[in-house]
Amino acid sequence: MAMTKTAGPVLTNGGVPPFQEGRIKIRVLSKANIAIRLTMLILAVLTIVGFATFNYQGVHLLKGLMSTLANFKTIFFQPQFAHFTLLEAIYQLFITLSLGVLTTLIGAIIALFLGMLAAENLSNKTVSNSIKGFVAVIRAVPTVLWVLIFAVSAGLGSVAAVIGMSFHSISYLTKAYSESFEELNQGTIEALEGCGASWWQIVCQAVLPSSLTSLISWTFIRFEINFGVSVAMGAAAGAGGIGYDMFMDSAFYYNLHEMGVITYLILIVAMLLEFMSIKIKNKVRA
Amino acid sequence: MTTLLQFKNVSKQYGNSTVALSDVNFSVNEGELVSIIGPSGAGKSTLLRCINRLIDATSGEIIFDGADMLKINKKHDLRALRTKIGMIFQNYNLVERLSVFENVLHGRLGYKSALVGALGLYNENEKKQAIKIIQSLGLNEQVYKRCDQLSGGQKQRVGIARALVQEPRVLLADEPIASLDPNSSKVIMDHLKNICTTLGITVLVNLHQLDVALNYSDRIIGISGGRVVYDGLPANLTDEDIRRIYGSDPEALNLIIQKPKEVAQKI
Amino acid sequence: MRSNFLMKKRLYSGGILLVLVLLAFGAASMTEFSLAKCFSSIPKAIVWSLGNFYPVADSFAKLPDILAKLQETLLISIASASVAAIFALVFALIGSRVTKINNFLATLSRLIANIFRNIDVSIWALVLLFSFGQSSLTGYFALFVASFGFLTRAFMETIDEVGADTVEALRATGANFFSIVFQAVIPMSVSQLISWVLFMIETNIRAATLVGILTGSGIGFVFDLYYKKMDYHSASLVVLSIVLSILLIEQISNYVRRVML
Repeated sequence: MAMTKTAGPVLTNGGVPPFQEGRIKIRVLSKANIAIRLTMLILAVLTIVGFATFNYQGVHLLKGLMSTLANFKTIFFQPQFAHFTLLEAIYQLFITLSLGVLTTLIGAIIALFLGMLAAENLSNKTVSNSIKGFVAVIRAVPTVLWVLIFAVSAGLGSVAAVIGMSFHSISYLTKAYSESFEELNQGTIEALEGCGASWWQIVCQAVLPSSLTSLISWTFIRFEINFGVSVAMGAAAGAGGIGYDMFMDSAFYYNLHEMGVITYLILIVAMLLEFMSIKIKNKVRA
Repeated sequence: MTTLLQFKNVSKQYGNSTVALSDVNFSVNEGELVSIIGPSGAGKSTLLRCINRLIDATSGEIIFDGADMLKINKKHDLRALRTKIGMIFQNYNLVERLSVFENVLHGRLGYKSALVGALGLYNENEKKQAIKIIQSLGLNEQVYKRCDQLSGGQKQRVGIARALVQEPRVLLADEPIASLDPNSSKVIMDHLKNICTTLGITVLVNLHQLDVALNYSDRIIGISGGRVVYDGLPANLTDEDIRRIYGSDPEALNLIIQKPKEVAQKI
Repeated sequence: MRSNFLMKKRLYSGGILLVLVLLAFGAASMTEFSLAKCFSSIPKAIVWSLGNFYPVADSFAKLPDILAKLQETLLISIASASVAAIFALVFALIGSRVTKINNFLATLSRLIANIFRNIDVSIWALVLLFSFGQSSLTGYFALFVASFGFLTRAFMETIDEVGADTVEALRATGANFFSIVFQAVIPMSVSQLISWVLFMIETNIRAATLVGILTGSGIGFVFDLYYKKMDYHSASLVVLSIVLSILLIEQISNYVRRVML
């Protein structure tokens, strides 16, 4: 019960005379608590440094915010078509969805093999760790850079987009799949090994069937993410689809009304996908 | 003996169909240790939570210390009354990342304004009182330990300490020993009994172990299907009563009736 | 019987496989994607990268520029995640089952978070471009909005998971809302909340590159500049700096997570 902080501000406590803080200390700072406080402090300092050093380009914060609010109003309350019809927009939406489908499928197929090699119970530690490390490095390169790097040799378009977008899908799904595989009871694998089953037989007869539902769930979650990614790649990396229309409306036509329509369309699809993936997740958990 | 708590025709319905309590009547005197027994799902937990309004009863009157709990509308008044009612839980419900001391002091939060409470400022008297209570429960060594490092029995004692620093008139215990081993259970029940006899605090405890109820209670209230089916002294509890409380599953009944009676007679 | 069962199972798997293949073909024809071109372009890309996509002495002269933009991007990512975390915490507390004030506010807060989360960060960037132009603020607000949406949901789930029992106990002592939040809910969940913020910062750095390309700011802008000038050596240096900073931040967050728990 050592002395701690000296008298703090005088506070009243419901009729009880003012008291001084201190004497019996309440908290002992553990390593965890210090880490938490230090992290928050560092983040706060960096945030302030950020605001102090941002490149404002003479933009007035308050004015900008007001006009953004006005823009939101236009987008959400006055959506209107200008350069294309609903049918065309839906067609573009399907192109975006298709990019997501292709990326997810390619990612899933490759990740299935990498995931087996990365699962510690199906592989050995060295292979597993090197795959996990490899996958982490892939993830460190932002998707848009993968797409643009491939676009140099393949040209801007769906091929570069799908290849570039597949990298993060592979990385994400490899991690998810390998963790699903690792959940499989080690006893089951040993029992099958004892029966003389080969590695492939174990994988096909025990590992895949028992983890199938969680694989499906993860794959769908990735598809949900990939929809957003392909919207972004359409806007930033020439992948086409609804994202490209959005980009044209913003950068060339300055048409907020049409951006409103597109925003609503994307929002509807995204929420639908999220709803479905929650359903699938709950089903898998149950 | 004065009446501290009285249930008058209390009912609780969830939705349109599920009846948790129906027409419950009983009263509890000051300084009594009353056990509420019954099979799981009988409504024991709901009954306790109706007293401090963690659950709102649908109809009836719950008179605590002269005031009808159900008629209290202002949040402030409700909080003031809740400080007079301590509660301990099956799963202890502690803030596991905080120390024993901080958890115990949480019992004082009901007396504090929003700001003082949020900042967690306590005065010296409160701290001294808390330390005294912690010591009386045999936790001196653990004062600054994080609660996730304690055993189940120790956690429950922290729960009791938190309730006691409230300076309550009544202590509600919701299955306090259901997650504990027999030794820790005995320690906890001894503490509850002790609190009742030496501090004069009324204790209302939900139990599903009949033997424990028979050993420790001044009075037993048996509940089945949301109704009070027994209200009387432990000594007067007949096999017939037990059958009414626990239903008619003969094998379960044999276990419940035979063993506890033997144990109880030995003591 | 048995063969019938196996047969059914095979038919079922076959059916699913067929659907997936059809889906792939449909998607490929929609987007004019060709697998042949895909296979041929991968070796081409590798050959090209080995020949062109590495920093040379010349590109290192641009390093100060690149690092300045990288610093700006890192700060934007951190600031947006940190400020968004404060807003997200308020919305999560209002929206969580455990701490909600009333059902109407809870639903409203969930709805707002839902809308913000489900609109991609690229779209926010394009909208904000109208008001903030090519300044850092465009990137900051785009990442802020996206972080807010994501963190609100993550925080809400954390609080739901962690809080119920303790909140009940403190409510029983008569504690008021703010005491419950600051003495129980936040202490219980703080390490997980910070873990989510760190994750958000990592995500934001990746997204900042994209936003930068779209809006002409930060590290994405520098990359785009060299890329369009076909100065691939310098562009590769930009990529390298991004990769290294992301890996570094990942290491730091993993370390912090370990110590915090």
